[in-house]
This record gives sequence, structure tokens and C-alpha cells, in this order.
Amino acid sequence: MAHSSVQTSQFCTFYLDKLLFGVELKGVQEVIRSLDMTKVPLAPDVVSGLINLRGQIVTAVDLRRRLELEPRPADVLAMNVVVRSEDGSVSLLVDEIGDVVEVEEDSFEPPPETLRGAVRTMILGVHKLDQGLMHVLNTERVCQSLERAEALAVDK
Amino acid sequence: MSDNDSDIVKDFLVESYENLDRLDRDLVGLEKNPKDNEALAGVFRTIHTIKGTCGFLGFNKLEKVAHVGENLLTRLRDGQLTLNPELTTALLGMVDAVRQMLGSIEASGSEGKRNDGKLIATLTRLQQLPEAPAKSKLAPVPESTAEAVASPANIGDILMQRAGVTAAEVQFAAKTQKEGDPRHMGEILVEQGAARPADVVDALRVQQSSRAQATASDSTIRVDVGLLDKVMNLVGELVLARNQILQFANRVQDTSFLTVSQHLNRITTELQEGVMKTRMQPIGNIWGQFPRTVRDVALGCGKEVNIEMEGKETELDKTIIEAIKDPLTHLVRNSVDHGIELPEDRVKAGKDRTGRLSLRAFHEGGQVNIEITDDGAGLNLERIRKKAVERAVITAEQAVRMTEREIFNLIFLPGFSTAEKVTNVSGRGVGLDVVKTNVEKIGGTVDVQSAMGRGTTFRVKIPLTLAIIPALVVTCGGDRYAIPQVSLIELVRLEADEVAKAIELVHGAPVYRLRGRLLPLVYLNQELKLAADARAAKERDGAVNIVVLQADERQFGLVVDEINDTEEIVVKPLRKQLKTVKTFAGSSIMGDGKVALILDVLGLAQRASVVTETRDRAMTGKATEAAAEAGEKQTFLLFAGPDDSRMAIPLSTLARLEEFPVAQVEMSGNQWVTQYRGQILPLVRLTVALEERRNRLRALLQAPPAADSGPIQVLVLNHEGRSFGLVVERILDIVEDRADVKSAATRANVLYSVVIGDRVTELLDIPAILRSADLSAKQPGLAARSAEVPN
Repeated sequence: MAHSSVQTSQFCTFYLDKLLFGVELKGVQEVIRSLDMTKVPLAPDVVSGLINLRGQIVTAVDLRRRLELEPRPADVLAMNVVVRSEDGSVSLLVDEIGDVVEVEEDSFEPPPETLRGAVRTMILGVHKLDQGLMHVLNTERVCQSLERAEALAVDK
Repeated sequence: MSDNDSDIVKDFLVESYENLDRLDRDLVGLEKNPKDNEALAGVFRTIHTIKGTCGFLGFNKLEKVAHVGENLLTRLRDGQLTLNPELTTALLGMVDAVRQMLGSIEASGSEGKRNDGKLIATLTRLQQLPEAPAKSKLAPVPESTAEAVASPANIGDILMQRAGVTAAEVQFAAKTQKEGDPRHMGEILVEQGAARPADVVDALRVQQSSRAQATASDSTIRVDVGLLDKVMNLVGELVLARNQILQFANRVQDTSFLTVSQHLNRITTELQEGVMKTRMQPIGNIWGQFPRTVRDVALGCGKEVNIEMEGKETELDKTIIEAIKDPLTHLVRNSVDHGIELPEDRVKAGKDRTGRLSLRAFHEGGQVNIEITDDGAGLNLERIRKKAVERAVITAEQAVRMTEREIFNLIFLPGFSTAEKVTNVSGRGVGLDVVKTNVEKIGGTVDVQSAMGRGTTFRVKIPLTLAIIPALVVTCGGDRYAIPQVSLIELVRLEADEVAKAIELVHGAPVYRLRGRLLPLVYLNQELKLAADARAAKERDGAVNIVVLQADERQFGLVVDEINDTEEIVVKPLRKQLKTVKTFAGSSIMGDGKVALILDVLGLAQRASVVTETRDRAMTGKATEAAAEAGEKQTFLLFAGPDDSRMAIPLSTLARLEEFPVAQVEMSGNQWVTQYRGQILPLVRLTVALEERRNRLRALLQAPPAADSGPIQVLVLNHEGRSFGLVVERILDIVEDRADVKSAATRANVLYSVVIGDRVTELLDIPAILRSADLSAKQPGLAARSAEVPN
């Protein structure tokens, strides 16, 4: 986790519904523009589909859906942030790519108690930056147990 | 431990594991035939090597166990002891202890805490049991011969070990040689009277066979499976890139590019075959342990069982070999435990005391069949039936209507897994549901046949490989889906005007009458909850495409928007995130670079409730009964020959049915050919093949088909690895028939006339047609390969 490692660490940042998010740079395989996607019928709805990343088949996760944000407007073309997870590469669909930022450890704070629900497990905390708060994503959590999210959805 | 050391340990482990597997086999073999000195020497060599290496690496406990084992083996080798079950059990116990310690070394780097005192005591006791006068004869033998056995390359050593020549005599002979005696060691020893000529000949034979072994190991290398997997993946990529290039080449009218791309095509195919071969392993690799398994189980339940194996060399992909190991072991154990009766019961039943378990593996139709047959008591039909009714798996009425085969297959149901006594011994069917699940997981099937009092046969069918498979590509809801060809039975297209009549409803459930039987229809877009594709619907113009599929003994028709083509696809497993979606077996990248999902036919059938409980199956008793009977029947493809004669071939010889527009038929010399899936397919005309010999040449010299005639109907056949197309007038039907009323053929290239579907039909002799086409066309061969574009 960011706050227990060295003083500074680098984050790849991106926007979702105007919120700033970041994933640790060392976990990012690559960032690419929108690709042809194959729908997966009957899959959990956070799965947007499968993409062919130079011969590697990668599952694309709609991060807005995953984080229970508003659906992406049709005119916004999603970008792919491909991250390495335990179970191979996963592409996170985001609205817009930001800069790579270097943050100091002491700017980190865990999420407030008032942040509740499934989202809380996927957000490690925030870094207080000059341009605003950067949400630090727990990519392992984001890429895992998609079906549980679906099960939850069914329960509702 | 330094890197170097750990490398040595790793090599030691790999080598020892291999040797131990062979040990199991050799020991069990030796028990039956204790005089097999070669096998005994092999066993001795293995244990000796393990002992030596682990002493060197500092594994003392392991060394100690191997040492007492070796001592006992020395007695056996020297003929002071003869192998009996007690000795074998002790030696197998030693092998197990060694294996456990190796496992522990692999996991933790040490042999682990263990007490082998009892085993060591047993082994020591056994070696001391017999008369002891051997002491004096034993004296010169121990260490030096052990070395000699370990590397019996030197004729002197072999003679010392086998013919009682002393070390002094050998040394003397060696000295003579050094001093300029041009003769061979053997000759010198014979002259000295130290060895008999027969001994020398014998020793030379031993030397030669050990050299042959050495060269065999020189010509092979060990390769990391991870590396092979990577190469396999790369070849997969190459296949995809090739497919893309071929598509591109078809669009661009550039001859030299076309030539190059066809060259690439051929190389890729060969490379793919080659790499697949590296992953192929003979099934004997997993069968090797079965004699031991059978021995242990048989001994445990007081039975006598002989195991026979046929087709050990049948090869399968490594991943499949691993996947079927457990199910097969389970079936073998099951057959010994529950199938074969106790010796007394066998004698009472008039059988040989010793039961027979036979394993058979063979290739058939792109699949591997494995049969496990025992000559035991067989399944008790009535008891299974009763049991099934008691457990409410089926109703009493269904039980009466079910066929024998259906009842037998009930033993694969989970409900039966912990079942009580089904046969006379104990619950046959323990965990068979697990076997079935595991085999089906890799796209295989398992089936059981049995005859009361005569035995039971389990038949497992599995695909050759999982990595690259032929598949039918269909479109539905605008996306493409691949259907593995193994599940595909046939394709049916209903034109708009037929649809209303042909598709009927059974209380709302759509069915289609396929040759008199009701085929349940499943609409892919409904099952996958896809939006209707307006464009496809318009193009289809009301026609319906039905893909007839087989899932778990049941057939159903899958209705799709469009049927595209068959293609070799590279299977990529779905990630964990999507594993819960049971309707897909994997994904693949298509020629245009897009991803397509591979349908899991069984999963889809389950989702659509085509395949559920046996209850369902029994309901359609009639249909399945017919299917069960089909075992004795054959399926034929009927077509019209010249002058509207009725002709047939067994459906199993047919690869595909194709229709080519006349424009696609080209001439290569006098041969009709067409381009088909990146190859040149020679076309043999049935009319020509059936002509009288003298007329054949004239018929051949005819020009290509008239440009204004309709498309030609072609049966694509594979014969001995070659593909060719047989041009026929008209396809008539596919029928199942016993076809046992035969009469002699009235013309060449026909096997015989036979009654199929109540009408006299001529059955074609495919090999003969090929031969005659070969001769008359004066071409070196019809092989697809040689017919390809030369460059």
C-alpha cells in the first residue's frame, strides 16, 4: 500500500465522472485508446466485453459501473487502462486519462467513515493533491469477485 | 544452498521420479516373472543411483532406506532370493518411502521428519531370511559390481558381474591389451580360460543394449513445459496472423503475394502440427502406474487380477493427459474393487480364478477412445432400476420404458454416488459422477456397457487436443460465436415458405421434425438475451438456420442468425471473472482480429433445459431408444449417381458437404480442382469414376463444366490423410439403417448393393475410386499437399 512503502510513489491518473482516480504506475501495463469490443452475453454487467490486445484476450471492466457511478454518456469514448492482476491483465474503462503524478506518502489519508458499501473496499484512500483529491484504487479488488457484485445487484 | 546445488537437486528429483515410476512397473512385472534379469538389473540400477546421489547431496535418511533396499535387491539379483509377494510389498513400500521423501525434498528442501525404522527392519529381516551360505560367494560382489551395473559399458565389467570372471583376470587381460595385444578383451579372457565364449557373446549383447539406451537418451532433451506452452501460444498467434493474411490475400489480386501467403500457410500448418506433436504424450505414461494400482487394490480386497494394455502408444495432448489421469485411475480402481469378483466366486461361476482387466486406447474420428473392460460380474440391471426408482431418480413407469443402456448410465448420476450395494460386492458407482464431470470438463464423454456375469466396459472418448480446434462460426445478434465441431451433427436451413409448416410448437416449445423425430429448438438470441439483429433478419428474409448439436446424448437445434464457415480456432480460456458464465467454453481471436466467444454446447443445453435430469431423458424414451439401437446401425449419406441411381457412403467417411459454383471449378491438367480452405481440392466426378474403364479417358478429356450449369454438389472426403471432393448429381438424405441385406456389386468402384431405407442402394468403394482416379489422371498423387501451388 502506498503509505507503507517509500516516501514517494508514482500514480497513473484518470477521470471518472469528473472525479480524479489513480492506480499505482507499476501495476499498469499500458494505456490505450478505445478498441473493438466483443460483448459477453450473460456476464456480470460490469464486464463490458473482451478486447484483443495484440493476441492477448483481455476482459474490459466498466469502472463507472464497478464503482457505482452514473453510466458513461454515449458520446464519451472510453479509454483502456490495462492493469496487471492476479488473474492476468484486465482493462479498466475510464473517461479520460490524466497525468502521471508523483505523490508523497504523507498526503495520503484513508477514506472517511461515511464512505460505505462495496465501494469502500475498492478505494484504499485519497491523496490530497493541489488539483484536488486523488482516489487510490485497490485494483486487485476492482478486478476480483465480479460475480459477487452481480449477486448483490440481484439481491437488490 | 547455492544455485548450482539446487539445480543438481532439481535434476536429481526429475530423474528419480521418472525412475520410480518405472520401478513400480518393473517390480510388479517381476513378481509375475521373477526370472527377468534385465528388469531386475534396471530396478537395482535405479535404487543404486538414488542411493549414490542422495549420499552425495547429504540426504541421509533417504540414503539409508535406499541402502537397505539395495542390499535386498543384491540378494535377488544374485539369485539368493526369489521375488515373492511379501518381498514385492516390502520393496514397493521402500519405493513409496523414497517417493515421499523426494516429495518432501521438492517442497521443503529436506526429507522431513520421519521414522523409517520399521521399513528398514522389514527390509533387513527379509534379506536375511534364507540360507546364509552365500556369504563367501557374495564377498567379491558388493560395491564394484554395483558400479558396473550402473554403467555397464565395459565388457570386462559386464563379464565380472555376470560370468564370475574375477577382477584380477580382467586386469591381466587389460594389461595384455596395453602391451600390444590387438585382440578384444573378450577373446583374451576366453583364451585365458577365464570366460566361456557363450558368456562373452552374452556380455556383448548386454553391452549393446545398454549403448542403445544411451543413444536414445542422447537424441532427446528435457524441455520446460512452460517453454512449450509459450511456443504453443506463439504458434496460436501465428495461426491467427496467417488467417488474417489469407483473408487479405484473397482480396488483393497479386499473384506473387498469393504465392508467398500460400507458402506461409503451408509452413504455419506444418509448424502447428510439429508443435502440437511436442506436446503429445503416449497414454502409456499414465497407464504405467496402473499395474501397481491394480495390484494394490486387488491385494487389498483379496482378488487376483491381470491387467492387459493395448495401444499404450496412443498419443494425447499433455494437458488432456493430466486431466484424464484421475478419472481413469478411478475407473480402474472401480473395476478391480467392484467389477471383478472374488476368486472363489469366479470359480463358482465357471471362470478363471484370475480376473482380467484390459485397457485399450485408439484414435477414431479425431478423438481418442479409451476402453476399460473387466470380465467381472457386470452391472445388475434390475438392482439399478430398483435403486433409481427408490431414490426417485426416475418413476416406475419410466423405469420400465428405459433402455438397458440408459439404466446403466444412471450409475453416473450424483444420486448414485454414495449408493449402497448395486453389485454383489459394494456400491459400484462410487464417485462415478465425478469421473463423468471431469471427463466432460475437457469435452469428452463417458459411457458404460455391461453384460450380466460377463463383465463391464467403460468407454471414455476425449478430444486429441484442447489448444486448437475446428469450429463452426455462426453469427447471432451481430456477434460471432464459435461452436466446437465435435458437438456438431448437421446444419439445416429452412426457407421462409417452409418455416411456418416445419417449425411446430409443443405447448409453446418450438420443435422441428428432423427425419421423423422431434428436435427441440433453442434460439441462441433468446438464450443469450441478445437484441434482435434487424440487418441479419432482413438478409435472412424469413429463413431459419438450424445448427443441430449433440449434448450429452441429446440432440437439439440451435437457431442462429447466420452460419458463416468452419475455421481452426485457437482456444483461449476465459478469465476467472467470467468463469461463472457457463454458456461459454472460452474465447478466440478471429481472422479479422476481433474476439469471438466459444459456445459451451453442454452449458448452453443445460441453460436451455435440453439436458437436465434423467427424468427428462426418459420422457423421450422412444427417441433415445432408437439412438441406443443406433449402435448396431450405421448412418449413410444417400445421393443420386448417374442416371438417377441411388448411391450411398457411410456418413463417417464424410468430412463435409459443399456446394461450389461452376465458376470456382478450375482445371489442373485433366483434373477438376477447386480452391478450398487455402488448399487445392481435387474433384473426382462420380459419373467418370463409374464409367467403364475404356470410356473413362474420353470422359476425362471433357472440358470444364459448362459455365451456365448450376452449382455442383461435392462430398468432401478424407481418405488416408488426403482430401478430395466427390462430385455427385444430387444429395438425397441421411439415413440410419442396419444395411444387412447385401448383394454383389454390378460395376466397378462399388462395394456392394444393399438395402437402405427399403430401397436398393449402391455403396461406393472410396479407396477404389481414389485408385482409379489416380491412375487415369496420371497424377503423382491426389494428396492435397502435392496438389498445392508449386513455388
